[in-house]
Amino acid sequence: MPVISPAEVKKDYDVIVVGSGAGGGQTAYSLAMEGVKVLVLEAGRMFDPVRETAMFHTPNMAPLRASRTPDKQYGFYDSSVDSGWTIPGEPYTNASKEEIRQFAWWRQRMMGGRTNHWGRVSLRNGPYDFKTRTLQGVGFDWPISYDDLAPWYDKAEMLAGIFGENEGLENSPDSSPGVLLPAPKLRAGELLAQDRARKKLGISIVPVHRAILTRTQDSEGIPRKLHPGNPKAQRLLAENMRRRSPCFHATDCHRGCSIKAAFDSTTVLLAPALASGNLDILPNAMGREVTIGKDGTASGVTYIDKVDDTEHHVSGRVVVLAASSQESVRLLLNSKSNRFPDGLGNDHGLVGKYLTDSLASSFSAQIPALENMPVYNEDGVVGQQAYAPFWLCQDLLAGKLPFSGGYKLLTVAGRKMPQLSVGKMFDSVSDAPGIPFGKQLKEEARRYYGSFQGIGAQGAMHANDDCYAEIDPKVKDQWGIPALRFHWKFSDDELRQVSHQQEWIANILDSMGARFTRDPYIANPEKAVKQGGSIIHEVGGAIMGEDSEKSVTNGFGQLWQVPNVAIADGAVFPGTADKNPTLTILALAMRTADHLAAELKRGNL
Amino acid sequence: MIDPPRIPRRTAIQWLSTAAASLSIPGNPVLSAATGAAAPIAGTGYGPDPDLLKVYAPGDLWPLTFSDDQRRLVIALCDIIIPAEEDSPSASEVGVADFVDEWISSPYRDQASDRNLILKGLAWLDEEAPRRDPASASFLGLDSETRLRVCQELAVGAKANRREYPGSFFYLLRNLIAGGYYTTPEGMKAIGYAGNSPSPVWNGPPAEVLKRLGLEGE
Repeated sequence: MPVISPAEVKKDYDVIVVGSGAGGGQTAYSLAMEGVKVLVLEAGRMFDPVRETAMFHTPNMAPLRASRTPDKQYGFYDSSVDSGWTIPGEPYTNASKEEIRQFAWWRQRMMGGRTNHWGRVSLRNGPYDFKTRTLQGVGFDWPISYDDLAPWYDKAEMLAGIFGENEGLENSPDSSPGVLLPAPKLRAGELLAQDRARKKLGISIVPVHRAILTRTQDSEGIPRKLHPGNPKAQRLLAENMRRRSPCFHATDCHRGCSIKAAFDSTTVLLAPALASGNLDILPNAMGREVTIGKDGTASGVTYIDKVDDTEHHVSGRVVVLAASSQESVRLLLNSKSNRFPDGLGNDHGLVGKYLTDSLASSFSAQIPALENMPVYNEDGVVGQQAYAPFWLCQDLLAGKLPFSGGYKLLTVAGRKMPQLSVGKMFDSVSDAPGIPFGKQLKEEARRYYGSFQGIGAQGAMHANDDCYAEIDPKVKDQWGIPALRFHWKFSDDELRQVSHQQEWIANILDSMGARFTRDPYIANPEKAVKQGGSIIHEVGGAIMGEDSEKSVTNGFGQLWQVPNVAIADGAVFPGTADKNPTLTILALAMRTADHLAAELKRGNL
Repeated sequence: MIDPPRIPRRTAIQWLSTAAASLSIPGNPVLSAATGAAAPIAGTGYGPDPDLLKVYAPGDLWPLTFSDDQRRLVIALCDIIIPAEEDSPSASEVGVADFVDEWISSPYRDQASDRNLILKGLAWLDEEAPRRDPASASFLGLDSETRLRVCQELAVGAKANRREYPGSFFYLLRNLIAGGYYTTPEGMKAIGYAGNSPSPVWNGPPAEVLKRLGLEGE
């Protein structure tokens, strides 16, 4: 079974998956490897990271020195094609006109979804993150605990290939022994931050976890663990693992990875699933609605073939939505029928509610200790290598902090490949009477390059009534599909967290002997907080829960009201932890797919 | 996996309609008699799905703007802002003047105001020349000390307020020239970037670096 056109779509599939990113790719992989017949609908085109990635191109080879443009909104060499915050013909709206209440919605319209465009930071949610209501009286409890998901985290990490160290930290769980690949050595700025933060502040800065191979995967042991009793799946996975090379310590993962060291859905999940013969992939297929049969269960998916703007329908016993959290919400809300006049699974009006995102801010300074270093290659694995997990868990649980969500701090330092903005980078520390130019600029550039340290905070956000998506009553996209309208508001509690982020980023920089060129935004966090959606970690909108009256899905992502529809992306998250969502999406999707396969076998679906 | 050679119809229509509606940017640049009038922006963007592997040169995607006089002037400014040194070339030697031209000729909205500011500032430099030396009809007619002095004054103005003209012009021009320079392989070498080079091993910073940070043996 291959990549197909609408004419080649078969009459019936066991499972139709909408979306090919982390959730869709993982679902397709887990099902197809176990013999389930799957069709994946992807709204974008096929994309081959091996053939299409400009690994070593320097900015001078690109238009406008690879700067961001409306066509390439994360820069020219970012792997995202046909994607962005704004896509012509695919609008969304915001209910408020206030700047701080605008939600920005990134759409990734290409095979592999957002796994192409990703820093690969892969952290597990901790035990507390699943039970915020019980432990702190905020947000919602998940219907599953950390212990329920831990085995799936292990499996997802072994499959994807994640580097990191087990540090034994509170609420930042270790993986099982042998699961993680070795973390890369830290850079000078990271080591300095680690040393000074520990000695002066008692804060641990540790290697981050990312989905990048630092050595070849165990292609004998892992397939046996992931697919016991399934020699075919073991063989296909082993073959695919052997096609991946370890990181060669150059070029940004956001470009894509032609040597397959960095994880993406196309390379790691869809390729072996296609080889199983159980997966068809239909690109350029924009989901319009999930259809309902006379018995009240889902019968399939109506989609637009973007090649000729025609509408088609495909039938399946089960429909899995993994179109990205808000696109899955939109599909549910637009799937109206006599049985579900307000959208699929939305009898209680909860679809679209409880949108959350990482609560983020950043701050940077110049570090004199890092000036005038000898020239050396400090690319490492390119991008983040170190972070400070939240160090005040007990104070948070005891209610001793003026806010209710923890956060992590990611360090961004090093002698990175210069970008166009480097031209003005040294103004703040220059000795020149004017802005530096000439020989003085060249000298100062040599002296100060690599001495700037940035630290970014990403914090927890609890579900609340102010942040949600609904269907805009007027606006439709180019195919006539009603668009989403977002509601967004930062709470005072969240802004107090951002103040704390700013204060402690500054404290860590100060411990490194920083030279500050402005004050952190401690007293005015609204200046520091990143726009909702801008971190591209948005989740929620079809949250899972224990109570069918208070949630949209059960713990396996199945709609309470239509159990043959499951959601396998971030829409089911009842809240955002201070961890990046992708690894949890992978683990949940694997667990959901395993459950669906078993239910299909039992004849329950 | 093979990409089916099917281009969505709406994408094709978008390409056509973007091409047809050749953008003209409102608020044309202020132009001097010395440098001649610049044509309005005629090009279009590269679209949301460009060939990422192709190597692009200024002028490949949209027509450039500079007249010969403007180009000579920007080359001279490149040599003032990033001069050659013993072990590194000047900005003009690595084609940064062409990059500045590419930038101000861009069909994208973000660069439109930069176009106006750069062209206005270049004209201002020529207008300023006879005020500094009545014998000079243009900036390039000034001796090198006077040219440098004009730039130093602009740089001081830019430091005081980078939004106030004409310091704002010099700030933008310096950013483009220095940023354009350090994003070339020669500029990367000059600044001390030694990466973008694959290696099976990464051993962390060299011992000398750890020693200077007091981190040896940590």
